[in-house]
Amino acid sequence: MDLGPHAAFIWISYAAVTVTVIGLILWLLADGWKQRADLAALERQGIKRRASNS
Amino acid sequence: MQTIMQRLANPTRFMELSARLLPWMTAVSAILLVWGLYLVFFDSPADYQQGETVRIMYIHVPCAWLSMMIYGLIALSSFGLLVFRHPLADVSAKAAAPLGAAFTFLALVTGSLWGKPMWGTYWVWDARLTSVLLLFFLYLGLIALRSALEEEGAAAKLTAVLALVGVTLLPIIKFSVNWWNTLHQPSTDFTSTIDPSMRLPLLVMAVAFTLMFFAMHLKAMRNEILRRRVKALRTQAVAGRDRFATDGATQGAAE
Repeated sequence: MDLGPHAAFIWISYAAVTVTVIGLILWLLADGWKQRADLAALERQGIKRRASNS
Repeated sequence: MQTIMQRLANPTRFMELSARLLPWMTAVSAILLVWGLYLVFFDSPADYQQGETVRIMYIHVPCAWLSMMIYGLIALSSFGLLVFRHPLADVSAKAAAPLGAAFTFLALVTGSLWGKPMWGTYWVWDARLTSVLLLFFLYLGLIALRSALEEEGAAAKLTAVLALVGVTLLPIIKFSVNWWNTLHQPSTDFTSTIDPSMRLPLLVMAVAFTLMFFAMHLKAMRNEILRRRVKALRTQAVAGRDRFATDGATQGAAE
């Protein structure tokens, strides 16, 4: 694929978007895992929510 | 009869519904993104003036659109918190702010990278570029204000007020290219100002990015609800320990 004389600008743009979007996805997944782990640890200690069983 | 907003006001119900929606939204946005990238690189022509550099537009325009749409969503959520006290409004606003900052940052970066070969410079202080930079700072301000305050309720209300004040920036960004003489070209009109061979990839990419944002937003909201549950349980555990200690001390004193 020949992207002409300004190919570097095009590739850097797409790389910036890819890296940022993947970074956001990894951050969201890691945060979700951490919250679930913290919640499970508290429930293992017998500390459960009063109002709901979810 | 309950409206959908009232039904979603229950975080537990929201968690159930979002768990069902999230995989579908992720899958559809991924498929659209792959199709969009195929159209961008293999099925759309170079522009007669911009040449191949036009391909930056297919990511720049969706990021720029999201930077404004996400702020609109934050403003709407802030209104929902301050006026209707919707339990999920603050969760939505808090979850959207870092995503909005990221897409605004990408709009600025991709715009600069398009500007250098086309305008001969990465940056000019024209009305559109400057107002989008202010939007980026506003997102950072929302995030900083919230994290600076310990008390969650006060942080939510103050951030909501700032978000509603900042919403005045949106029409300035939108109409800056009409109100002032700017280097930035006028807004893209999907129906007339763009050739059909470029319109389809741009539309597909815009829809893919929008769906991708909503999937990320749902995930971020779910994380925030879990974070609040963890915090509530820790507070409950500390309160329980304190009560146990106080009861024990009272009993000991009575004996």
